[in-house]
Amino acid sequence: MIRVVVKRLLIGVLVMWGAASLIFVIVRVAPGDPVSILLGPDAGQDQIDQLTASLGLDRPMFAQYLSYLGHAVRFDFGDSYLFGRPAMAEVLERLPATAELMLASTLIAVVVGLALGLLAGGRPGTAVDRVVSASTIALQSFPTFWVGIMLILIFALALRLLPSAGSGTPAHLVLPAVTLALPFTAIVARLTRTSVADTMREPYIQTARSKGLTERQVLLGHALRNSLIPVVTIVGLHMGGLMGGAVIVENVFAWPGLGSLVVDSVSNRDYQVVQAATFLIAGIVMLFNLVADLVYSQLDPRIRLEGTS
Amino acid sequence: MTATEMTARMLAAGSTAPAAPSEPLLEVDGLVVELPSTGTNPRLRAGGSRPGAVRVVDGVSFDIPPATTVGLIGESGSGKTMTANAIIGLLPDGAAVGGQLRFRGEDLLRTDPARRRGLRGHEIAMIFQDPLAALNPTQTIARQVGEILRRSGRPRAEVRRRVVELLDRAGVPEPTRRMRNFPHEFSGGMRQRAMIALALAGSPALLLADEPTTALDVTVQARILRLLHSIQQDEGLAMLLVSHDLRVVAHVAHQVVVMYAGRVAERGPTGAVLGRPAHPYTRALVNSVPAVRTRTALAHPLPGTPATPANRPAGCAFHPRCPMARERCRTEQPAVRSVAPDRWTACHFAEELLQA
Repeated sequence: MIRVVVKRLLIGVLVMWGAASLIFVIVRVAPGDPVSILLGPDAGQDQIDQLTASLGLDRPMFAQYLSYLGHAVRFDFGDSYLFGRPAMAEVLERLPATAELMLASTLIAVVVGLALGLLAGGRPGTAVDRVVSASTIALQSFPTFWVGIMLILIFALALRLLPSAGSGTPAHLVLPAVTLALPFTAIVARLTRTSVADTMREPYIQTARSKGLTERQVLLGHALRNSLIPVVTIVGLHMGGLMGGAVIVENVFAWPGLGSLVVDSVSNRDYQVVQAATFLIAGIVMLFNLVADLVYSQLDPRIRLEGTS
Repeated sequence: MTATEMTARMLAAGSTAPAAPSEPLLEVDGLVVELPSTGTNPRLRAGGSRPGAVRVVDGVSFDIPPATTVGLIGESGSGKTMTANAIIGLLPDGAAVGGQLRFRGEDLLRTDPARRRGLRGHEIAMIFQDPLAALNPTQTIARQVGEILRRSGRPRAEVRRRVVELLDRAGVPEPTRRMRNFPHEFSGGMRQRAMIALALAGSPALLLADEPTTALDVTVQARILRLLHSIQQDEGLAMLLVSHDLRVVAHVAHQVVVMYAGRVAERGPTGAVLGRPAHPYTRALVNSVPAVRTRTALAHPLPGTPATPANRPAGCAFHPRCPMARERCRTEQPAVRSVAPDRWTACHFAEELLQA
């Protein structure tokens, strides 16, 4: 077990290096530069040269890259051009709001998705199954920004039940969390359905039935755990993907999290903040994947053994 | 003495005397099972099935007396496994079932589902062909063997003690330690032993064993068979032993039911049926078993391919492969009739076989 974790962490370091390098290249290849944005269109060449030098942007690209990596291993991404304070501090300040949104969405997706998937997969081919299967396809196909706007129109403007934007109270969390959770819920439901339906065809389900268990006991006692294995993997992988959805949802609902910070920083060419945020997000995604793998091995004793021997 | 007679004697020698006749524990009476067919082959409609359904078990009748082993034998597709599944009530979705299954006089096909489920495991238990697939890979042996006891509310310590007992009875060495293992940590034979312990946990009166040795190594097969036989004797169990292997049935079954294409071909006491078959299919089965100890080691394999319920010939289903087939066999389906005390056959010309 420990050996597996250590191995995965070492691979993780490589992934982080890759992510850090990639974002370094992308922000520099993308059109626009921080100097002209900070100084505006009327700045003289002297001013531009001076700021470029003070930001270290006049140095050769490779030298910039090395010093960037050297600082990155200490989680130091330099000061934000825009806010004038350490970029990582800025990012970390926004992290709790995004974490709150992501956890709420994941909770909704897992609870609702598992319930729907079990309901549909326990009796494949029934009316319940067809309704669940059809509606999850629909949910998955709606674009997030459109769903967000629709929810605002219905629940905030027409029914006046929930606030449309901002944060602070649990009521503020509902609409963005639901928006972010909907496609995720659909994925979990569909995957659980398929997985449960497959598991229910296994011979050991017949064995469980031959003990006189009710269908419910068979489903919860024998099929659920074995069906969860692929679901856990997808939840782990998709929680990383939620980060991408969070960027859109946070902007639609003016949620003060990492996502809206990243969008602002990209438009302002605030390299430091973009790099720090990317680094952090990559780390979080990796951590989720690792946790998913560990849970996975706890669910299936066959995997657990292969890992340690 | 011909090779056929020697083989028959060898086969018959293995079986013990039939148990004294008494009120049957289970009476299978005109059992019919139809499965939905996925294809639209019009030939499937032959044989009187509902449109779009295949009749895989067609009017099967036999009794299982208490404390008796009944061997159910036939080639794959003969309907023997579906018969066992119908008895325990675990047919696939969409299956239709008819006839009567009287267990201690109560028709299982007409009891309410909750009562039927309650009988499962506690009165009628089943062991399956592939013990690795039939055991849940994510649960320990102890958990699976003890589940039925736990669910009936026994205290944890008692369940544990009973699981050790059951595993020990099934011949699992070091049961206290091995019960904490998962199925993949067991060998094939040990898994089947665990499966047997699992089936015995609810103290059933009737054990259905569906090809219990087929997936095992040859050396392990005999041991598992001996174990099943000794458990059956010790516990006074009734057992339905489903197998395609005549030798398996010959060694432990008191009575034998031979199935062909979803119907009973012949049934009766094992020694009599295998020693002096009253159906040409049974005779062909006996002749196809290689007689290891004789010098004429060449067995006579059955010619032709088995008829399937989906594609059953008219008249006697066996006639295309039967050396005795005549015109009548091609047109008239033989009814199962008594040809001697306790002996039943579905052959128009059984007397010729018996007198030969």
